[in-house]
Amino acid sequence: MRMLLAASTAALMLAAPLTAQADGRIDIVVQPEPPSLMLGIVQNGPTQLVAGDIYESLLRYDTDLNPQPSLAESWEISDDGLTYTFKLREGVLWHDGEPFTSADVAFTADVFLRETHPRLRVSLNYVDSIETPDDHTVVFKLKEPFGPFIGVFETGTMPMIPKHIYEGTDFANNPANNTPIGTGPFKFNEWEKGSYIHLVKNEDYYLDGKPALDEVFYRVIPDAASRAVAFETGEVDVLPGGSVEQFDIPRLAAMDGVCTTGKGWEYFAPHSWLWVNNRSGPTANEKFRQAIMYAMDREFARDVVWNGFGNIATGPVSSMTKFYTDDVIDYSYDPEKAKELLEEAGYDGETIRLLPLPYGETWTRWAEAVRQNLTDVGINVETVATDVAGWNQKVSDRDYDLAFTYLYQFGDPALGVARTYLSTNDVDGSPWNNVQGYQNVPLDDKWAAAASAVGDEARQAIYTEIQQEVVEDAPVAWLLELEFPTIYRCNVKDLVTTAIGINDGLRDAYIED
Amino acid sequence: MKGRGPFLMALAGPIFSRLVKAALTLLAIVILNFCLIHMAPGDPAAVMAGEAGAADEKFIADLRERFGLDQPFHIQLFNYVGGVLQGDLGYSYRQQAPVAELILDRLPATLLLTLTAFGVSLTLGIIFGVMASARVGKTTDSLITGVALLFYATPLFWVALMAVLLFSVKLGWLPGFGYSTVGGEETGIWYALDVAQHLVLPALTLGLFFMAIYLRMTRASMLEVASMDFVKTARAKGLSARVIRRRHILRNALLPVVTLAGLQAGQLVGGAVLTETVFAWPGIGRLMFESLAARDYPTLLGVFLVSAAMVIAFNIITDIVYRIIDPRIGAPA
Repeated sequence: MRMLLAASTAALMLAAPLTAQADGRIDIVVQPEPPSLMLGIVQNGPTQLVAGDIYESLLRYDTDLNPQPSLAESWEISDDGLTYTFKLREGVLWHDGEPFTSADVAFTADVFLRETHPRLRVSLNYVDSIETPDDHTVVFKLKEPFGPFIGVFETGTMPMIPKHIYEGTDFANNPANNTPIGTGPFKFNEWEKGSYIHLVKNEDYYLDGKPALDEVFYRVIPDAASRAVAFETGEVDVLPGGSVEQFDIPRLAAMDGVCTTGKGWEYFAPHSWLWVNNRSGPTANEKFRQAIMYAMDREFARDVVWNGFGNIATGPVSSMTKFYTDDVIDYSYDPEKAKELLEEAGYDGETIRLLPLPYGETWTRWAEAVRQNLTDVGINVETVATDVAGWNQKVSDRDYDLAFTYLYQFGDPALGVARTYLSTNDVDGSPWNNVQGYQNVPLDDKWAAAASAVGDEARQAIYTEIQQEVVEDAPVAWLLELEFPTIYRCNVKDLVTTAIGINDGLRDAYIED
Repeated sequence: MKGRGPFLMALAGPIFSRLVKAALTLLAIVILNFCLIHMAPGDPAAVMAGEAGAADEKFIADLRERFGLDQPFHIQLFNYVGGVLQGDLGYSYRQQAPVAELILDRLPATLLLTLTAFGVSLTLGIIFGVMASARVGKTTDSLITGVALLFYATPLFWVALMAVLLFSVKLGWLPGFGYSTVGGEETGIWYALDVAQHLVLPALTLGLFFMAIYLRMTRASMLEVASMDFVKTARAKGLSARVIRRRHILRNALLPVVTLAGLQAGQLVGGAVLTETVFAWPGIGRLMFESLAARDYPTLLGVFLVSAAMVIAFNIITDIVYRIIDPRIGAPA
C-alpha cells in the first residue's frame, strides 16, 4: 500500500514539474523549531538559519573561505598580523531606523558577545583592544598574531548587536530578544509558535534592489516524513541540509524541477567521529583504538547509510577546512589488521558501550552498521539508547566507551579542531571539548604555535606535523566528512552563494519566472 | 421542573468534597512531577550547550544560574510549588516567555482537535455500536466490527501518513499540514472554513482510533443489557423493539461507555502527540514532547499540571453525567 502510494505520488509529480510561486514568497523548512531568534545569545543551527536573514556581521566568506564584504566595505591586516582595520559601509540602518556605527561593533565584540558567546570568547582572548577612531572605522588590536582571526567575522560567530537596545541591560532576559533587530535584508514580523516564523523584506536595505524576495516563511514541521511530503506537495520550496532523512533525498532529488547542492557547508565542514574513551577500559589502549579505525567499513557507511553523500575523514581536519593534509596513516577498511591489533592489545572480550547520536533514523542505522563492523572483528558492543539531553549528560560526564558525534570546524583548525585535542581542554562538564580525555601535552605547544604563526605556509607546516601525530594516536575514531545537501525548486536562484549557505540569509536569492 | 431543585442540591455536596480532594491531588501531582522530571538525565543547560555546539564552563554555569538550577533541589521545589499556589506557572527561560502564555497559546488548537475527534468518535462509536448489536451475528455486524478492529489495530502514525499521502498528496482534496493556510489572509467565516479544512484529516485519524473502542464497548454492553429481565418485561408490555432499544437498553448500556469516555476525555490534552506531530498541528502535545526533549522543566510541569487538572475535571463531569443517566447513583440508600 505504502509502496503503491509512493509510486503513484512520484508519477503524479513527474507529470507536473513543481516550481516555486513567483509571488516573491518563499517557504523554507526549519527543524527543529528554534528556542529563540536572538543569534547573539543562542547559536544553534535552526536559530542561525532564520536569524541569518535578520543579523549580519562584518564579513561573508565565499565557498573557498575567502573573506567578502558585508557590513565592512574593506579591511586591512598589518604585516605583523596584530592590527585589523575595518572600514564600515555608510548609510546602514538598524531595522528600527537607528544608524549602524562602529560603536555597535565595539559593543558587540567587547561587551555583548564576550558575555554570551562561548565560541567567540576563545578568539576574543587574543584581542588587546577595539578602537573606533570614527563612526565608520573599527580597529582590532591583538596581543599576539592569531591567523584565524580574519575568519571570525561570520554572522553566527559575530552577529552585530544593536548597542542602543542592549547597552546596560540584562542581555539574556531582555524582552527585546523576542523582537530581534538587526541590519539584515529581512525583518522579523511574526512568530506563530509551533507553526511558522514570518520575515518580511527590509525596504531600507542598503543594497539597491535587494532583497528580491518580499517575504520568507520558515515552516515548523516536526515529523521528518511529513517534511518530505510537504516538499513534494509544494507546501515548502526549500529543504535545508539535514531537514529530511538521508534515505529520502534520492527520491526528492529525482523529482522534476528539483535541484540539490552540497555547497554552503564549507565554513562549517561538519566532521563526524566516535568519541573513544581514552581514560579507562580497553579503549584506553592505542592499539585498540587503531583496531576500531581498521574495523569500520566507512565506504559502506557513506554509500549505504548516507546514500553516497560525504567523504571519508582521514584525520582531525576536514578536507574543506584550511591546512588539511592527506599525508597521514591510511586507515582503510582492513578487518584482518583490526583483529591482529586487538590480539596485540590483549582485548579480553569486555563489553563496550556505544552511544548513538539521537538525531533520527540515519544516525540509528549508522550505529547499527558500526556495531556490526566491530562485532565482526570480535569486539562485544552494547548499544545504549538516549535522547538528546541524556546524550549530552552522558558525554559531558564521560559515561561512555564509544559515542557518535559531529562538530563544525569553522574554516580553521584553530577555531574548530584544536579544541577537541588540547590536553588543557580535558575538563568534565562539556560535550564539546576534549571529551575523549586525550593527553598529549607536548602537542599543545604545536597547536598554539600553529595558531599564532604568521603566514599560511608556516601554519601549514605545523598543522601537517600535528595531523600526522594525532592520526597515529587515534584518540577518536574519525568517520565521515558529512554532506547535507540543500534541496530546492530549480527556479529559486542564488540560494547558496557563500560558505555557510542559506545560513547567510536570502539576500541574493530570487525566483525566476 | 418538579424535583429538579433537590437534584441539584444533592449534587452540590459531593461536588464540593470532590473539589477539595481534587486540589490536594493536584498538589501531590505537582510535587511528584517535579521530582520525577529532575530525576531524568540531563538538564536544560546541558541541552542548550549541546545545541550550541560549543560550550565552556562559564557558558554552562551562566545558563544554570539563569534557569535557577544552581539552587539546592528543595529550594527549587519550594519556589515552584509556591509559585503554582499563587497561580504562577513560572517562566520558560528556553522560550523566553511565561509558561501560562505558552500553554494558552497552544491549548485552543489541541482542544479543537481532540474535542472534535472525541465528539466524532463517541457519536459514531455509539451509533455503529447500536447498529452492530441490533444485527448481531449478521453481515452488518461483522463488517462494522471488522473495520473498527482494523482502525484500532493499525498504528496511528501510519494511518496519519497514509491519509496525508492519499487525500493531500495524491488527490489534493485536503491540506495535509498545519492549523491554517500559512500567510493566508482569510478572516471570519472564511478563516473558520480554512481551519476546518485543516482539521479534517487529523481529527478523523485520531477519532477513528477511539471510535473503535466506543463501538466495541457499546455493542458488548447493549448485548448484555438486552438479555436482562426488565427488557423482557418491556417486550411483554408490547413496546416496540425500537423504543425498547432506545429507552431501555441503550440508557442502561451507556454507563460503561460513559466511564470509558470520561477516562479518555481526561487525556485529551496530552494524548494527541503523534497526531499533532505528523500533521504539524501546533498543539500542546507537541509542546510537551519538545519541552521534554529540551528538559524545559517549567513548561513541561505546566503542561502536566494542565493535563492533570483536565483529568480531574472530566472525572467530576463523568460523575455528574452518571447521576443524570442513572439517578439511582449517589441517591441515599
